[in-house]
Amino acid sequence: MNSIQTALKAGLRALAFFLALGIGLGGPAWAVEPDEVLADPALEARARELSKEIRCVVCQNQSIDDSNAGLAKDLRLLVRERLQAGDSDEEVIDFLVDRYGQFVLLKPRFSSQTLLLWIGGPLVLLIGGGAIYMSYRRKKGMPPKQDEELTSDERKELEELFRDE
Amino acid sequence: MIVELGHFMLILALVASLYQSVFPMWGAVNGDTRLMRTAAPVAHIIFAFVLLSFVALTYAYLTSDFSVLNVAENSHSDKPLIYKISGVWGNHEGSILLWVLILALFGSLVAGFSGKLPQNLKAATLGAQGWVSFAFLLFVILASNPFLRLANPPVQGRDLNPMLQDVGLAIHPPLLYVGYVGFSIVFSFAIAALIIGRIDAAWARWVRPWVLISWIFLTLGIAMGSYWAYYELGWGGWWFWDPVENASFMPWLTGSALLHSALVMEKRDALKVWTIFLAIVTFSLSLLGTFLVRSGVLTSVHAFAVDPSRGLFILAILMVFIVGSFVLFAMRAPALKQGGLFAPISREGALVLNNLFLTTATAAVFFGTLYPLLLEAATGEKISVGEPFFNLTFGPIMVPVLLLMPIGQLLTWKRSDLKGVTQRLSLVFALACVAAALLLWAEGGRQVFALIGFALAFWTILGSFWELVERVAPRKVGFARAWHRLIGLPKTVWSTALGHLGIGVTALGVLCVSQFESEKVLVMHPGETTSFQEYQLTYEGFEDLAGPNYQERVTSYSLSKDGEFVRKMHPSKRVYVASGRPMTETDIATFGFSQVYLAVGDPVGQSGLVTRIYHKPLILLIWIGCLIMSAGGTIALFDRRLRVAAPLSAKAHRKVANNTGDQQSAQS
Repeated sequence: MNSIQTALKAGLRALAFFLALGIGLGGPAWAVEPDEVLADPALEARARELSKEIRCVVCQNQSIDDSNAGLAKDLRLLVRERLQAGDSDEEVIDFLVDRYGQFVLLKPRFSSQTLLLWIGGPLVLLIGGGAIYMSYRRKKGMPPKQDEELTSDERKELEELFRDE
Repeated sequence: MIVELGHFMLILALVASLYQSVFPMWGAVNGDTRLMRTAAPVAHIIFAFVLLSFVALTYAYLTSDFSVLNVAENSHSDKPLIYKISGVWGNHEGSILLWVLILALFGSLVAGFSGKLPQNLKAATLGAQGWVSFAFLLFVILASNPFLRLANPPVQGRDLNPMLQDVGLAIHPPLLYVGYVGFSIVFSFAIAALIIGRIDAAWARWVRPWVLISWIFLTLGIAMGSYWAYYELGWGGWWFWDPVENASFMPWLTGSALLHSALVMEKRDALKVWTIFLAIVTFSLSLLGTFLVRSGVLTSVHAFAVDPSRGLFILAILMVFIVGSFVLFAMRAPALKQGGLFAPISREGALVLNNLFLTTATAAVFFGTLYPLLLEAATGEKISVGEPFFNLTFGPIMVPVLLLMPIGQLLTWKRSDLKGVTQRLSLVFALACVAAALLLWAEGGRQVFALIGFALAFWTILGSFWELVERVAPRKVGFARAWHRLIGLPKTVWSTALGHLGIGVTALGVLCVSQFESEKVLVMHPGETTSFQEYQLTYEGFEDLAGPNYQERVTSYSLSKDGEFVRKMHPSKRVYVASGRPMTETDIATFGFSQVYLAVGDPVGQSGLVTRIYHKPLILLIWIGCLIMSAGGTIALFDRRLRVAAPLSAKAHRKVANNTGDQQSAQS
């Protein structure tokens, strides 16, 4: 009985292994593995924070902290290696950008290429706010309109339309 | 045979929608009553045809007819019944057919439930809806046909992606699509109003129920999708700022803005141009979402090359509708008469600010989602935009939104007194600070940032009900009378309070989880116990079982809290037989609003197993908040004055509903 179970287990494990090989990315995500965790909790915490900003370059918008892909694991180990070697956070990021390009950053750097990306939202706020301010100014300048409400005709029509029964 | 009939029904629906696109609209513009009168019956006919076609596809899935390409590629005869049904929309072709079905359903609903809508507005609205239907039916038939047959049918199908074999697939896409596509009818109303040239408070009142329905379903659909991802994906994330999620979030943001601006338009006849604009933008974003998700552009821009006809077809639909509607808007909007004036400090003023911030938030999400695609298309440069970007750009915009919500609720229309309102809210402010400090203490945190965030969330939560408290005034009138007052309050007061409460509750959940969640990852051996915060977890072993269409390794853990046994937990790993894909099934223990989330990874050595334990404090509030928001929306929907068939009495209303139901079933 026991041997059957062991064989089954081994079989399943082999199956899982080959599946993992074959599928690579499709499977469930597995983030940090126990064997990666650094002994120094402060350094590990820095590694985790950094990992959240670095994209697993073969995944769909996942950080290496979230991803189980082989490459994400390599990058996580690389980040920890650099940190242990005494790099600052910026140095680690620079190192990764040198190797993999801007694509590796989940928060793109501010540059001429990403200008619109970063200021797009604030620009809408400014333009919208400006437009609202201008419209108030303009209305303030106008003589107060006599009928701010609906005209009596319009009101009647409205009542007609929404009369019960 | 049935499959061919389904195919044929689609073509009939296409012809009917071509009629709908031309003749009722022609009638509305030229005042031809006979043509206008055909709009409603044709809307029902289109719905009946598409429904029959959808039923035919479902039949092919139920009978596992693998001679149909779509079924062979996405189904399997061993699949449980529920996944055979939900599998109909668990693929590209089927989900677009569901999209079209809901589109036709909304046309039919407007045709059936719009009692005293002026005939020309109704005909033009259904005509515009006909344009959308025609475009998408053409797309289904030419580029995305689910009824294609295979010359040599395989014996067995390729099965549905295991990730989708979950009850979530049965619920999430239909909810989301009703929301997404529901905004099409709002869009059609806007187009009709622009064409006819009639835009007034009554228009806003007719449109608001449809905005509400779409918004409620979109809220539920997004929340459901988020919870599904949370328990299914296995690492405890609940929102990823993924482009697909953003695609549904953007119409939600503008839809929320639309809900508020339509209110101003209805009550004060102001913000008319802006409301029409938002109606067009919201549906444009829905279309954009459909394009992003369904064209394959997201995986890579090169997906166009893989299936150019589909991506380009949807892009063409997108361009025609967006450009067309904005041209129409630009031509007609300047002619619109601006309505009621108001001072900056007024309820209208607050709602204008709400719209400004929601639009800015939408823009932040929009740029974050599309910029990488556009940059790559233009320069070939690849960049990534992920969570850290959105935390920085979207997050801060939510601060003034939350801050202003309780204030806006207390401001009066036309002109108001800000100082008085802030004084009235001083108790809420004090209570919010105390509650925030207590929660921070309970979670054992010291961060100032968390304290401010919590205070903001509690400010929104407590402030949402302050209007009710003031109106009821239990201290002044005694509880018996206060109770009567509470029941007698207008439904809009309740719906606003609940809507804002929901936002506050969700915000509290988001802040608490993001600040105080914790995780532990370790290799466990049978009999081993680990402690994690106030919880203890013992790994007991595993068992290999066979499911209907998968092999499963079910583990057994025993969870205790403060030394007291709570329950067994059984996270598992599955391998689906047909596709050979692995899946994890998590197990989640709920304590109040917090959860302990357990997932297992790969075996290590002889008996070890990678175990992941997450503590998610107050995480359930995220989704409970969404449910509260939807409840608020639902109450607003039942407001007598707003009811879809408002001019009719309740009895007549039922009669109309029954008749329409009969009509539809007769057609089926």
